[in-house]
Amino acid sequence: MLKGKVHKYGANVDTDVIIPARYLNIYDPAELAKHCMEDIDQDFLKRVEPGDIIMATTNFGCGSSREHAPLAIKAAGISCVIAKSFARIFFRNAINIGLPLLESEEAVDKTDSGDILEVDLARGQIKNLTKNLTFTASPYPDFMTGIISAGGLIEYTKQRLASRRV
Amino acid sequence: MGKTLAEKILSAGTGNDARAGDMVIARVDLVFIQDTTGPLTIKQFQASGLKRLANPQRTVVFIDHAAPSPTSTLSNDHLFLRQFAQETGAILSELGSGVCHQLVAESLARPGDIVVGSDSHTVTAGGLGAFATGMGSSDVAVAMGLGKTWFRVPESIRVVVSGDFPKGVGAKDLILHLIGRIGVDGATYKALEFSGAAVAAMSMSQRFTIANMVVEAGAKVGLFPADETTRKYLVAQGRGDDYEPLSPDGDAVYEQTIEINVAELEPTVARPHRMDNTALARELKGTKIQQVFIGTCTNGRLEDLAVAAGILKGKKCHPATRLIIAPASRQVLLEAIKAGYLQTLVEAGATILPAGCGPCLGLHQGVLGDGEACLSTANRNFKGRMGNPEAFVYLASPATAAATAISGEITDPREVL
Repeated sequence: MLKGKVHKYGANVDTDVIIPARYLNIYDPAELAKHCMEDIDQDFLKRVEPGDIIMATTNFGCGSSREHAPLAIKAAGISCVIAKSFARIFFRNAINIGLPLLESEEAVDKTDSGDILEVDLARGQIKNLTKNLTFTASPYPDFMTGIISAGGLIEYTKQRLASRRV
Repeated sequence: MGKTLAEKILSAGTGNDARAGDMVIARVDLVFIQDTTGPLTIKQFQASGLKRLANPQRTVVFIDHAAPSPTSTLSNDHLFLRQFAQETGAILSELGSGVCHQLVAESLARPGDIVVGSDSHTVTAGGLGAFATGMGSSDVAVAMGLGKTWFRVPESIRVVVSGDFPKGVGAKDLILHLIGRIGVDGATYKALEFSGAAVAAMSMSQRFTIANMVVEAGAKVGLFPADETTRKYLVAQGRGDDYEPLSPDGDAVYEQTIEINVAELEPTVARPHRMDNTALARELKGTKIQQVFIGTCTNGRLEDLAVAAGILKGKKCHPATRLIIAPASRQVLLEAIKAGYLQTLVEAGATILPAGCGPCLGLHQGVLGDGEACLSTANRNFKGRMGNPEAFVYLASPATAAATAISGEITDPREVL
């Protein structure tokens, strides 16, 4: 169960603002996190507490294929991202590095910045504790649950290589 | 029931009947990394326990995004990439060879190939009928090691293009118009498939420009048929054997059809900070521009430099506007020298950069100052894209870029043609 405060953004938050190209030569997630969102929200890191949740409207993560973007978000302490829709490369990347994403139009429409949410990933349930509302997220395609439950694609591959199932 | 281009290629790549919505594991014919996302890909490759490349001769390491390196940190990344290529037998494409997507188009991708690259503009090779798409480092690492990856077979949106381009209007105006019309998430998770009389008449260079930017509408791939134009291009590149004709079935099922008559288009510009924030060049007259950049995987090909040289011949850049040119590849650079385009451009006041990505992503060679505006022929104008969140990036065609370099403000190229 995840629980945290919501930091809400609008549409088309792109990977260049999540982590600008000038930081792509950083590989330590904790160092990457120091620059997360700095071009659109300079106080982001000061406000975020471990477990907090990013919420956005449509097309979150559009743009570049940089996996640094979900890595930076995760290392900043964000427990999951909830949006109406995600850009497709970001979606794969987040799943691959173990950053949970949930799609729910209703949750985004009825939640404000600062609200406290409780998220049950296994059931796809989002509870807004501040407003006492419950929402259901779209389920993941079955195909991806193996990757998610292994903790990401690299762990999944490692496990399958170890058991010679690739 | 017939198949779209995406369904045809993924069916061949899986050996099964792949239909929109299916989850498939497909063979990967070509996989590549570049110098911003490559080092993380190698780290993920090593972390996953993979030891060998599935196909070293179809795995490429490109040094193009920050090359020659501007800092010692990036130089160390380049060292790491070179060492990996040496150890694994991957092909190394050194600095000065050109932008990965242009080199993939010139020398590597074949019609019907499944291509995966650690760069969102991998879609460029869709111009010659390859199912080419960008992925993140973990996905590309696993594709390098296993020679396969998973896809959700995309639904396709058919874009039927008719008419003749008017003078001063080209492929860049068409793709900017399309993105402006459907929005930056208008094709998310989908394939954009191009057809129609105007597509049949398009050069490969124009097809690559369009395919390159489909990701700016969120698309997974942008596919063109492989036809006689594709064959002639491959023959000219010395790889006629790579040609295989490819077209969608007549009764393929599309989610949607969009029709565009290019005869009705005008020079188009995407304003800061989004690619669908489009306007006509003539509507932006008076917008001062401090830097014009012509190049990239979108518009750094010979035809693009020819258009710019044609407009700038005998003219000078505006004193308050600097013009930066980066040919997309060494082949383009050599041909532009032979054709005299570079001489014309240099005489007009242009600064020529090595073949590569140039200032497109803000790492080197033309980072903007606070409050400055750049009109670029690249594909992305996000806030901070050219290295400074206090700067502004406008996207347009090489013709609009050249006309703008002369006047120092955004200019409809038809004024100078």
